[in-house]
Amino acid sequence: MAEPKYETHEYDVVVIGAGGAGIRAAIESSAQGARTALICKSLFGKAHTVMAEGGIAAALGYVYPDDNWKVHFRDTMRGGKFLNHWRMAQLHAQEAPARVLELEEWGALFDRTDDGRILQRDFGGHRYARLAHVGDRTGLEMIRTLQQHAVHRGIDVFMECTIMRLLKDGDRICGAFGYWRESGKFVNFKTRAAVLATGGIGKAYKITSNSWEYTGDGHSLALWAGADLIDMEFVQFHPTGMVWPPSVRGILVTEGVRGDGGTLKNSRDERFMFRYIPELFKAETAETEEEADRWYTDKKNARRTPDLLPRDEVARAINSEVKAGRGSPHGGVFLDIASRRDAEYIKRRLPSMYHQFKELADVDITKESMEVGPTCHYIMGGVRVHPDTAAATVPGLFAAGEVAGGMHGANRLGGNSLSDLLVFGRRAGLGAAEYARGFTGVINVGMDQVEAIAQEALRPFENTGEESPYVVQQELQECMQSLVGIIRTEAELRNAQEKIAALKERTRRVRVEGHRQYNPGWHLALDLKSLLAVSECIAASALERRESRGGHTREDYPKADPKFAKVNVVLRERNGSLTLAQEPLPEMPEELRQLLEEKQ
Amino acid sequence: MASDYTIRLWRGDATGGDFCEFRVSVEPGMVVLDVIHKIQATQANDLAVRWNCKAGKCGSCSAEVNGRPRLTCMTRMNLFQPGETITVAPMKTFPLIRDLVTDVSFNFQVARQVPAFKPKAREADGTYRMQQEDIDRVQEFHKCIECFLCQNVCHVIRDHPEHKRHFAGPRMFVRYAALEMHPLDTNDRRELLKQKMGLGLCNITKCCTEVCPESIHITDNAIIPLKERLVDEFYDPLTRLLKKLTGRQ
Repeated sequence: MAEPKYETHEYDVVVIGAGGAGIRAAIESSAQGARTALICKSLFGKAHTVMAEGGIAAALGYVYPDDNWKVHFRDTMRGGKFLNHWRMAQLHAQEAPARVLELEEWGALFDRTDDGRILQRDFGGHRYARLAHVGDRTGLEMIRTLQQHAVHRGIDVFMECTIMRLLKDGDRICGAFGYWRESGKFVNFKTRAAVLATGGIGKAYKITSNSWEYTGDGHSLALWAGADLIDMEFVQFHPTGMVWPPSVRGILVTEGVRGDGGTLKNSRDERFMFRYIPELFKAETAETEEEADRWYTDKKNARRTPDLLPRDEVARAINSEVKAGRGSPHGGVFLDIASRRDAEYIKRRLPSMYHQFKELADVDITKESMEVGPTCHYIMGGVRVHPDTAAATVPGLFAAGEVAGGMHGANRLGGNSLSDLLVFGRRAGLGAAEYARGFTGVINVGMDQVEAIAQEALRPFENTGEESPYVVQQELQECMQSLVGIIRTEAELRNAQEKIAALKERTRRVRVEGHRQYNPGWHLALDLKSLLAVSECIAASALERRESRGGHTREDYPKADPKFAKVNVVLRERNGSLTLAQEPLPEMPEELRQLLEEKQ
Repeated sequence: MASDYTIRLWRGDATGGDFCEFRVSVEPGMVVLDVIHKIQATQANDLAVRWNCKAGKCGSCSAEVNGRPRLTCMTRMNLFQPGETITVAPMKTFPLIRDLVTDVSFNFQVARQVPAFKPKAREADGTYRMQQEDIDRVQEFHKCIECFLCQNVCHVIRDHPEHKRHFAGPRMFVRYAALEMHPLDTNDRRELLKQKMGLGLCNITKCCTEVCPESIHITDNAIIPLKERLVDEFYDPLTRLLKKLTGRQ
């Protein structure tokens, strides 16, 4: 047989993305005996999980014995404005504690309680202190633990390797095709099953906490392979990103600052969050500053501070304060922990926040307030999956973590992401390995499709015009930030759609300099395709949902609409164009519904 | 207010290269990585640089700025005078791929040789009990973001690449220390550290500690205690006598 034209590898399961979800999926898949490859766009251990700060939400009940999975389930559904897939929220709440304990067994060292157990911290929307954490660098602890465990399992890791397309044999997945960043050479993976764990889409926006990798790759790979995407209109703007200096705008300031006692203030020194408590959370939110401050130590007799309302509420409130002219000098609001906790405590609980502000903004957070404002942080929407197996709607395709949709509904609670990665990463690895085991046919990769992808990928070297990928990306980011941001209107969304279409056309003409070896200009030119695809999805879904809910706020439809409470907006690509449908949410069993209605 | 700077960036690959000069207007608050990105977007689209988080948390953007190993995302431009020429070179200890990007696979190879964490059994109630003060020192080691600046600056491999075959380097010593001092771990890696990982080659000049962006006390808290453990295990006269008498190895 002739040598294949492209470097080719064959596996049972290929995991695309090596953050928390991807590594956990690979560990599980390999533990099931499947030959498993783990592919990452960056070096191993650098994925976005490393930046997660606050903690892993899990109802361990170590700090508050009253906590249990039912309370966590209820908090998650309320935070998601009841649009979450109930079964995912249930599995997540039930399995998160076991996943945290498992990390400990693999070497993770969480901060401890006085009696030597895992300490748990307060976070927005969680009734009890629930987040297992390590200071404010929990993500680093988690990814390093998973990374080292994966290394000891001997899983094959392909670093700095980007997948451009999934390959199909008829209806099912049969491979993935990509390139090595280092050499620019193409590489082909033949596989029985593929797990998407590629994270989010933040780089479609100008102000974001996300790194360059977050270009919606998995969302696009799934869409182009024929899979359903849901809830793409729900984008989370984290309320507290840095706003000054301009070069650090968007970098995350952990919710842990508020969890550990920090409070938001406007330019008049008012704790304005007390004016933004929505009906849904009134009964369980403090009405006075005195009650809010007491809550940190007395959860029985005091109600939660409004500083810790779910992220969508806080982001909108900050937006309104700034619009009303009560913002900070650089267009944010103030986050004050300096006047509320002693310096020793702040440095111990929030070491990387202390370091980050000191180094990047010349601000000592033990002495001064921080300036903060909303930053694009997370997308709730993603690949529609089966809750138990993480299977997408295309046979052989699985998805877990941020790229999967459904778990978080209209808005994700802080801390629920790391637990999501672990719970559904494991389930995806299990699902994919089982699927691969049951697959008895021959993997047949049609080389025509591969050749077409390779040709298209090389086009930027052949184009002759002056179109720069950097300029196209910048214009897309401006467009998404100003027209598909926190507050949306029909006119602006339609305007965005036209701009995206024009940018798509221009992307066909982008030209890159130089050669294929480690060429970031070329990599960006290729990433633009997925960035534009997800931007198109977000704008289309946002236009379809004519109401305001969670991470989707329409100025022209400012209220939640009961009609839209019952549906997901579903996107599919058929014959090269995007189709959209409203489809009913899965029916929740009565016993779970009762949990939501119970007064707690 | 913006001011103009001259930046010299290394451009080239394994076959050779040279520093190229760029003039850049720098806004307040910018870090060296911002300047590199600006050059990339406007003057040299194919300039190779590795980065991820731009917040000092992932350890991807390591380079040598005016000769000092640093994270470029945490190096503020106001460290330098306007008009000053700033030189950014790739890490010297690792083979060059292109421009500022080096092949750091050595670090991943030595990581594969670390014997795994092996925890003792859980308490009867299913928990592991550990006091905070007993894990503080290990948590310091867990702060490592694997920027490999310590590996880069360590003269054992920087000046003698042939040592890479039998020297794990400061990053890995931090990892070994984290495992050895982990209250739950039951594995013993001392023999390996002595025989294969070259702990003895370190002569504690503390260069690694100086460049660590996470301020981990690599030499004092990781390397020296590991050296002491090896001494206790292999060179303590009493232990040696005892071993001889009992025949235990």
